[in-house]
Amino acid sequence: MQVIREDGSLDSKLDPGLSVDEVVALYKALVRTRIVDERLERIQRQGRIAFHVGSLGEEAAIIGAAAALRDHDWIVPCYREVGALLFRGYPLQRYVDHMFGNADDPVCGRQMPDHTFSRAHRYLSVSAPIGTQIPHAVGLAMAAKTRNLDECVGVFFGDGATSSNDFHAAMNFAGVFQPPVLFLCRNNGYAISLPVERQTATRTMAEKAAAYRVPAARVDGNDALAVFAAVREGVQRAANGGGPTFIELLTYRLGGHSTSDDPRIYRSEAEVDAWRKADPILRLRRHIEHRKVWNDELDEDWRTVCDLEVKDCVRIAEQKPPPELSEMFTDVYAEQPWHLREQEALSAGGPRAGAEEDES
Amino acid sequence: MTKMNLVQAINSALRGALREDENVLLMGEDIGTLGGVFRVTQGLREEFGPDRVLDTPLSETGILGTAIGMALHGLRPVSEIQFADFIYPGFDQLVSEAAKYRYRTAGEFHVPMVVRTPYGGGIRGGQYHSQSPEALFIHTPGLKVVCPSNPYDAKGLLLEAIRDEDPVLFFEPKRVYRAVKMDVPETTYRVPLGEAKVVRPGEQVSCLAWGAMLYEAFAAAEEVAKHGVDVEVIDLRTLWPLDIETITSSVKKTGRIVIVHEAPRTCGFGGELVALVTERAFLHLEAPPIRITGWDTPFPLTHEREYLPLAHRIAPALLETARY
Repeated sequence: MQVIREDGSLDSKLDPGLSVDEVVALYKALVRTRIVDERLERIQRQGRIAFHVGSLGEEAAIIGAAAALRDHDWIVPCYREVGALLFRGYPLQRYVDHMFGNADDPVCGRQMPDHTFSRAHRYLSVSAPIGTQIPHAVGLAMAAKTRNLDECVGVFFGDGATSSNDFHAAMNFAGVFQPPVLFLCRNNGYAISLPVERQTATRTMAEKAAAYRVPAARVDGNDALAVFAAVREGVQRAANGGGPTFIELLTYRLGGHSTSDDPRIYRSEAEVDAWRKADPILRLRRHIEHRKVWNDELDEDWRTVCDLEVKDCVRIAEQKPPPELSEMFTDVYAEQPWHLREQEALSAGGPRAGAEEDES
Repeated sequence: MTKMNLVQAINSALRGALREDENVLLMGEDIGTLGGVFRVTQGLREEFGPDRVLDTPLSETGILGTAIGMALHGLRPVSEIQFADFIYPGFDQLVSEAAKYRYRTAGEFHVPMVVRTPYGGGIRGGQYHSQSPEALFIHTPGLKVVCPSNPYDAKGLLLEAIRDEDPVLFFEPKRVYRAVKMDVPETTYRVPLGEAKVVRPGEQVSCLAWGAMLYEAFAAAEEVAKHGVDVEVIDLRTLWPLDIETITSSVKKTGRIVIVHEAPRTCGFGGELVALVTERAFLHLEAPPIRITGWDTPFPLTHEREYLPLAHRIAPALLETARY
């Protein structure tokens, strides 16, 4: 399914009917996420943060889907979806503080960078083991259904996650219990190095849904409006008691799996170049230019605003001290048991490791 | 008060929790229409309906993973894993997800869920219907582990576990599911987590046990009493967080300790208990601590009574340590 044509006009039969302001806001969110990503990747290369897992090339699949969910719907992330969280209004400074693991990091320096969450934004927590979040999403949706709440849940995962036992367990539960859940499969071509053709023998991801009698759609994931239209249709199905929907978002990871990856080992530059031409940001820009509400000057201005914003956040985050050592010992349980009190005291009174020595 | 066995007491606890709190729901394989393979949930689907007593597809990952999602939404799911031996497909959900959700969100999200599961041998169940995997969960920060020995405690501890804000593994000693009857109130009373109970006061040896092996420890204590050895038997009830005070003060009094558990010896919870007692009461010890446990083999069938740490193996250890 595609909505935005080559020339930027829309397929009128599939047009989700967003206002000019809504489409421009969506475009601006895509650009902002791209600029944040690029800045974080750069400072990781400079050794200022430890790690980053970005969404280069997948912004439309992520933010287009987030835009189609309603504010009170839940988002269950994989780990590449911070753009969806920022789109919901999560403060950029808070995210960058997390990337630095500083005193204002919402998770107190306990997690690697890009492990975000926010109850206020109905966005669950990132977990590294693949696929484990998918049954959580189904459980959340089962709870919403049990409680007669008009909520649905969108859960993101990649093509690789469709091999996990959690994926199949979750799909099967969704088929049986019919909760309001949307399975948002970002098929970006690779699970780290493994191409999707070697991940599974099925021709598409969407056909896996048929085994669980979950309705499925395949969408051009680089077409923000196609993503929006498909996800909105799934939300409406869920809200009307129609149960789960599986949406395969066909996209491409323009960057590495993470900053620890070197994609040159497993794919050609020519392949990546071809996909650069299908950049979801260029695609949406062509549309708003076609509508005559965007031009080079506006684009340049917005990019400058985003760039200054993220640079400011980085500068501030870098100056903050590390989290308190005592925060290592809290939140294991609701109340700290005796053994953790003891260990916290031992740690506090014991010798300090200090900073790691610079091996370079 | 009604005379109840463990199965009836647990059923009574679940019924009470379902009545008191609309957020409580039960889920598991065969727990609804059938009432569970041990009939622990018998009659509950009829009373509370299929939306609160869910017969689930056959997937531990699915049961535990969706239960976590429900708990994140604010429900209080009580899942049944049909046998503790079958918990491993859902192990990742418990260890990587339920246990860590509070920590990895600095308390913004938490997972108030209970996982009930029958554990232990002595029912001719062989290697896949007899295991005692409690140590794996005690080893995981963020989980609580409870193992009652009798109907009164089982009901009170389960009601408390359901109210608890953290994920609780609730191991049910299936060997004594129907063997022990006692007076159990109809009310929804609570037994606090983290409190052990001295079930037989004594002066010369401290004997720690839990679940089904509590009865073996007690029988062995009665046996050696005939030889003039006075044993204090402690039922741990909650394995983690542990009631370290009760254990330490007992050992400081007796100077001798025997620990009994069904699980294999190496890296079993007994090893941790020995370490804790040794660290805290070293100068009070009059004899080396002794562990009477399952052997380091998979759980056997024909010779299960030789595998289990039954009274015939505990009594000589009690005598040995008393005479050391």
